[in-house]
Amino acid sequence: MKNRFLAGIAVVAVVSLPLMAAPAFADITIGVTVSSTGPGAALGIPLKNSVELWPTEVGGEKLKVIVLDDAGDPSTATTNARRFVNDDKVDVIVGSALTPASIAVANVASESSTPHFSCSPVPPNISKGKWTFIMPQDAGLIAKNLFAKMKADGIKTVGYIGFSDSYGDLWMGQFKAIGEQYGLKVVADERYARPDTSVSGQVLKLVASRPDAVFVGASGTGAALPQIALRERGFTGKVYQTHGAVTFDFLKIAGKAADNTVFASGPAMAPEALADTAETKPEGMAYVTAYEKKYGPNTRTQFGPHINDAMAVLKKAIPIALKKAKPGTPEFRAALRDAIETGGPFPASQGVFNFKADDHLGLDDRAVVLFTAKDGKFELIK
Amino acid sequence: MDAMIATFLIQDGVTSGAIYALLGLALVLVFSVTRVIFIPQGEFVAYGALTLALLDSAKVPATISLLVFFGAIAFVLDLWSMRRGTDGRTFLRSVGLNLVLPGAIYGLTTVLAPLDLPSFVKALLTIMIIAPMGLYIYRIAYRPLADASVLVLLICSVGVHLAMMGLGLVFFGAEGLRAQPLSNANYTMGMLMVPAQSLWIYGATIGIMIALYVFFERTLLGKALRATAVNRLGARLVGVRTQLTGVTAFMLAATIGAVSGVLIGPITTIYYDTGFLIGLKGFVAAIIGGLASFPITAIAAIAVGLIEAFASFFASSYKEVIVFGLIIPVLVWLSLNNAFHEEE
Repeated sequence: MKNRFLAGIAVVAVVSLPLMAAPAFADITIGVTVSSTGPGAALGIPLKNSVELWPTEVGGEKLKVIVLDDAGDPSTATTNARRFVNDDKVDVIVGSALTPASIAVANVASESSTPHFSCSPVPPNISKGKWTFIMPQDAGLIAKNLFAKMKADGIKTVGYIGFSDSYGDLWMGQFKAIGEQYGLKVVADERYARPDTSVSGQVLKLVASRPDAVFVGASGTGAALPQIALRERGFTGKVYQTHGAVTFDFLKIAGKAADNTVFASGPAMAPEALADTAETKPEGMAYVTAYEKKYGPNTRTQFGPHINDAMAVLKKAIPIALKKAKPGTPEFRAALRDAIETGGPFPASQGVFNFKADDHLGLDDRAVVLFTAKDGKFELIK
Repeated sequence: MDAMIATFLIQDGVTSGAIYALLGLALVLVFSVTRVIFIPQGEFVAYGALTLALLDSAKVPATISLLVFFGAIAFVLDLWSMRRGTDGRTFLRSVGLNLVLPGAIYGLTTVLAPLDLPSFVKALLTIMIIAPMGLYIYRIAYRPLADASVLVLLICSVGVHLAMMGLGLVFFGAEGLRAQPLSNANYTMGMLMVPAQSLWIYGATIGIMIALYVFFERTLLGKALRATAVNRLGARLVGVRTQLTGVTAFMLAATIGAVSGVLIGPITTIYYDTGFLIGLKGFVAAIIGGLASFPITAIAAIAVGLIEAFASFFASSYKEVIVFGLIIPVLVWLSLNNAFHEEE
């Protein structure tokens, strides 16, 4: 019994030796955890696909990329992040696609002092963290632009319908926080779940409260359900959709019902339509062309560019950090973090990131464009 | 809240209730005949709706490869059980059922899919693709466990559900799809506007209920199913082949699932994982029916649909809580009325 135990230890030791030695040979190691299965799959799959477009080396150093699936589950995301930190000795962590999982990853990143790019929005207490940088547009930024557009359109009363989860709460929270500044009054607050088969009840209540416009706080094709139901019930007013709804699948499903709708979006959904002077155009065009070449026309999403943008930041920050330390060391990670905070601005596909020590969101109004839908296509509102 | 809104809500509730009724009936049918709590029932709905949506966009749905794949596994299992010798007839039947049938459906679909077919034909094709899956699922997952306890069968169901949901993600992708309605017409009845698709749903639900009634009351196979439901051992003793009744129950369940999918696909966006939630609401109705009574299940399903519609109007954030909370008083009532507890 005892012998077997000792033999076991010997085996473990022999097996783990190369593992421990491995990081010494690797150059820059990046760990990516995204939800390519589970409830966040619609967001995670384009992220995972975009990782494959990453270059093989940056600043003359080889890149080693490890991609794991966390199924959108915070505990799996934690396990993945710990694996990255303990076994793979990564220099950077990227992920995850859903907010709860990203919070989990951010905690590990800050414990282990590893730079971290979150591909989902996170609450303020996390985005104030020292090691986490946020790729997607903050809800406040999007809301500001959408509310300003509402004000310009002469909207006074708004009916709200959103997901019965944190995404839905997020947008209602924006109305409560800054809606009044734009003279907007919410007259109905309705919720539904993505797999619901009908939103007739909620829509009837919305229509009965006679709002000037309806704001839909939902994402993906799930946002099409109230859009269609509103039009079926004869609502002809303007509908405002968040950037989560800007997908081609949405247009395919909503069809004619998507008329008279304003969408907020990141510029990477239509870099072609941007002015040639836009700082986001070169990265956006390069990314969209490469992505659609690999995965087929009209496959671009709102979420995939975050991965591209993390690399856009790293491409500029890694050479700065390399001057100070060697990859695989805590010094390099600290140097990289400093380089991200001070090396900006980083022009990327979804906006121009200008990270500061007290601002890990880094985006401004250049990261938001407004679309309307026409004949199954998104058109830029100038 | 005025009469107008109330009628809209009632119409909406009856439409979803009709779908829940179909699923509830399928659940009761499968449970009473095979003692399986058929959690994957909802997956057939999602598969049906997504297959129809893909056929609508003139694509070849991946479900046909899945069907061939299931058939091949079933065939291998058949070969394994025949390893101690067999006769030609059994072998040929297995080849025909597990290889030729899915192959034929595969061929037919690849030929028909790119053509611009009338939507009714597409609906029939969808049902034809999905229905045999019930057969293979039974052969692969449940037949080897036919004599296991209800609990083992339930765990097996959870496994099948997870597997089918995962395969759905692989084959259909993470985003939702919406199918074209069987007909775009709308009928006005007073102030109420009834889309033709809702009429199809009511019609199909009533039609399937009548068909099930006739099947159970008038046909030998139906009576064999009922006999199995009443007493499995007794049915065997008088010569009912319980394997055959099991297969029939699963085929019927898959067909009903596919029909529900075809009916619901055009009125909402269906995702690879939507089926589970729809199936659960059918399950609520089946529980109210004590997993035994068809008429009570059907009525309960309509009630579930109505409660859901009104809950989504008055308290949309608590809709699911209200619908699934219905189960608790029913379970309390059922357990109070059942003095003795049957240990499995």
